[in-house]
Amino acid sequence: MHRRIIGSRSAVVGAALMMTLSACGSIGGANVESRVEVVDNPVFDEGTTMARIVEDGRFRVGIKFDQPGFGLMRLEGGFTGFDVEIAQFVAAGLGFEPSDIDYYEAPSQRREEILEYDNVDMVVSTYTINDRRRERISFAGPYYIAGQQLMVNADDERITGPESFTEHPDATVCSVTGSTPSQEIQPYLANVSQLVLFDVYSKCADALRTGQVDSVTTDNVILLGFVAKSDGEFKMAGEQFTEEPYGIGITKGDVAFCEFINEQVQLAYDSGAYTEAWLDTAGSVEGAQTPELPEFDPCT
Amino acid sequence: MGVVIDNFDLYLSGFLTSVMICLWGLIGSLILGVIIATFRVSPIPILKWVGSAYVTVVRNTPLTLVLFFFAFGLPELGINTSYYAFGLAALIIYTSAFVCEAVRSGINSVSAGQAEAARSIGLGFGQSLTLVVLPQAMRTVVPPLGSVIIAMFKNSAVLGAFGVGGDLWSTGMDLSSAQGYAPLPVFIGVAVGYLCITIPSGLALQVIERKVAIAR
Repeated sequence: MHRRIIGSRSAVVGAALMMTLSACGSIGGANVESRVEVVDNPVFDEGTTMARIVEDGRFRVGIKFDQPGFGLMRLEGGFTGFDVEIAQFVAAGLGFEPSDIDYYEAPSQRREEILEYDNVDMVVSTYTINDRRRERISFAGPYYIAGQQLMVNADDERITGPESFTEHPDATVCSVTGSTPSQEIQPYLANVSQLVLFDVYSKCADALRTGQVDSVTTDNVILLGFVAKSDGEFKMAGEQFTEEPYGIGITKGDVAFCEFINEQVQLAYDSGAYTEAWLDTAGSVEGAQTPELPEFDPCT
Repeated sequence: MGVVIDNFDLYLSGFLTSVMICLWGLIGSLILGVIIATFRVSPIPILKWVGSAYVTVVRNTPLTLVLFFFAFGLPELGINTSYYAFGLAALIIYTSAFVCEAVRSGINSVSAGQAEAARSIGLGFGQSLTLVVLPQAMRTVVPPLGSVIIAMFKNSAVLGAFGVGGDLWSTGMDLSSAQGYAPLPVFIGVAVGYLCITIPSGLALQVIERKVAIAR
């Protein structure tokens, strides 16, 4: 899912410039127990990315710092989220404890760049696999399929799915500026004025509560978080209408590393660690469905 | 700069939306600004007080806060309308305070003898203001008013952060964030769009200034 959440629009250009200019620093992970067994002194073929990482003694992972449920920097330090857990599964196979991973911020706009410039070894940040990105990098995975959905007020009967917007040309939908969901919803709309955009989803939820908009759209797991906190004011409407396969970004053409990552994710899934990790993070909100591991794309 | 050429239709529709916001804002704030200025120079104490209070409060509140009160405050009170209307109202109310002060400075530049002469031939307050004082005041007011108007055109970019979509700013956000274009060329394009509004406005103001200039 390609999304950036920004505090204020007036800061956006500044932020955009900063992101293209500044190198991001790394922050160590929290002291947590690994859910899977950390391999002791693993040995890899000479010349592979895995061998280099073990030799350097550093594992650099790009994640989101501001995406609840997937990659979030906690106020008390350390990181939580499903993406962070996935990174830990890969780290364990390389002999790294969760606390030994170097985390870097990988905002949506810079994910391809930091891989191209070799600032990180891999990127796990709600990273939707698509062909445009495949031109610049390679993906391992997918490890999760997200889907876009709609949230409405609990007493709303009009909106039952994205098709409702053509039936009711006065119905409005709120999303976040520049996000993939804001793009995906547009073909369903009768006119552009039906789409209202803010910089963060909390403003959309507020507008829904006060009746300024009729619905909010983004990934189902994010909406479920709002529904859970709304005291029965909001509900989900209709089914998921997009499929966003989240992949793990790596340097283009690194087939060996891609296969290694897939292996680690598969091992974690088979041992039940994947499901545990899901239930503790993005899956902890009521109504979230526990995912099955999707079929991996071939490594290229 | 390929991004601008590739998405020229998006830029154009964004530009037109921004132009419409600027036009409505211009008309609205000129009307309201002159009314508030009239309040401030009127002999009636209550109107004077209302005018001064308005300017003091609105001129000293950041525009983003005025917009916030409209877009998020009024719905809390059960007042619902489109974000476009909220945004435009906030922009007009904010700019009017500055228009009012520019107009008032123009009125103050008209010598007191003019108003006294008007009064002495039997015109009332309203007549002496509209027939004698304001026409002269408006001529000196063009340059400071021009600055206020151009500032408003640029301020209109902030409406995009308060639920108004499809303007130049939102277009830039969309292209750079969701569609993955590099931000710098995208926003250079947005800046050029705003320059296409402000530079002709500045030239038009110069023409008006020359036309109405009076030798004192």
